[in-house]
Amino acid sequence: MIYVESEHSAMAAAIGASVTGVRTFTATCSQGLMLMSEVCFIAAGMRLPIVMAVANRAISAPINIWNDQSDSLAQRDSGWIQLYAESAQEAHDTIIQAYKIAEKVFLPVMVCVDGFTLSHVWENADLLDQKDVDNFLPKFKPMFTLDPEKPVTMGPIAFPNTYMEFKQQQEEAMKTALKEIVKTSKEFKSKFKRNYGNGLVETYNLKGAKTAYVCMGSVCTTVRGAVDDLNREGKKVGLIKIKSFRPFPKEDLVSVCKNLKNVIVLDKAVSPGNEGVICTELKAALQNQKTNIKGVIVGLGGRDVTKYSILKAFKNRDKKGVDWL
Amino acid sequence: MSDLNPGAVITEPGSTKKYKTGDWRTFKPNWDSSKCTQCMICWQFCPDMAIPQKDGKRQDTNFDYCKGCGICSQVCPVKCIKMEKEEK
Repeated sequence: MIYVESEHSAMAAAIGASVTGVRTFTATCSQGLMLMSEVCFIAAGMRLPIVMAVANRAISAPINIWNDQSDSLAQRDSGWIQLYAESAQEAHDTIIQAYKIAEKVFLPVMVCVDGFTLSHVWENADLLDQKDVDNFLPKFKPMFTLDPEKPVTMGPIAFPNTYMEFKQQQEEAMKTALKEIVKTSKEFKSKFKRNYGNGLVETYNLKGAKTAYVCMGSVCTTVRGAVDDLNREGKKVGLIKIKSFRPFPKEDLVSVCKNLKNVIVLDKAVSPGNEGVICTELKAALQNQKTNIKGVIVGLGGRDVTKYSILKAFKNRDKKGVDWL
Repeated sequence: MSDLNPGAVITEPGSTKKYKTGDWRTFKPNWDSSKCTQCMICWQFCPDMAIPQKDGKRQDTNFDYCKGCGICSQVCPVKCIKMEKEEK
């Protein structure tokens, strides 16, 4: 363990550790992630399989320490894989899978857990045995390491004649990650009997549904309750939980949204001047479909997302414009 | 693309030597060896390795790597290095 003076240095130290060929982990959130941002892009560009937990919290100003997903979603284009967990159990299971995915495609992974809702609560979780995890996770084999016996240059300049190729390689790795996430989820399920959809997208009561909520993280649990209520009233409603935000599982989302008339996107982050972050992404993915996509901003700065507000979003699903609930 | 190592890792040591940065130069240091006292302050301050020395004696500027930053001229206590606009 290395102590450093800031998050910017924390990621720099994580890079330094990772290039020596060891498994590297760090954690951050909110303003810390903002300060770390510059170095996050470098970790991804250097193709280092660092795993980082992000306890999602709001961004200043005004100062606010509570939950939303503005911090990690502002890192959308940093080149990190982003996986979101709904529960403490899922967070634990995702961290272990994250290493396997990261070390396959050589991209860093953020495991995002809602601040407070998941980071500061008591929740029962089944912690896997070290022996079983070691069995699941093979020994880390880095592509290159810093070794005085075998000198290499890491993080050099790339001129206009090669920079684009390196960025293209990162994009190809993201595409491979889509497959590796699914593969890893399957392996995890067969070994530990737990899965979260296919690792990219999870659905709940979607069979026969005409409307679905789309969201990420802990809010999905509240939505499950609202879906149950609506189902009891005979309403054909389900839930689509996005687990992998980067890479964005376009094909899976097209497939699960195929028969839906309405989609209600619950966004815990807004892109000022446009709309909710997931909403924009989903609209792009479903551009060739007739599904009506309704954007709803919820839970910014730790505002409680209640079943009431989720049910209200259902009532307003045909109304134009973005709702703030 | 396939011959480029992921993460831009270069496995050949000392490859920066091949990249001659001297053509970035706008101003060129003109060193007057007759006034030079061999104090080696310029050698210490050169941010590249464009001022070579051999047996304690300053050698001619290495113009393959001198970017013309002018630091040597600034630090020279006897003002024997003058920056002159380079015509190309």
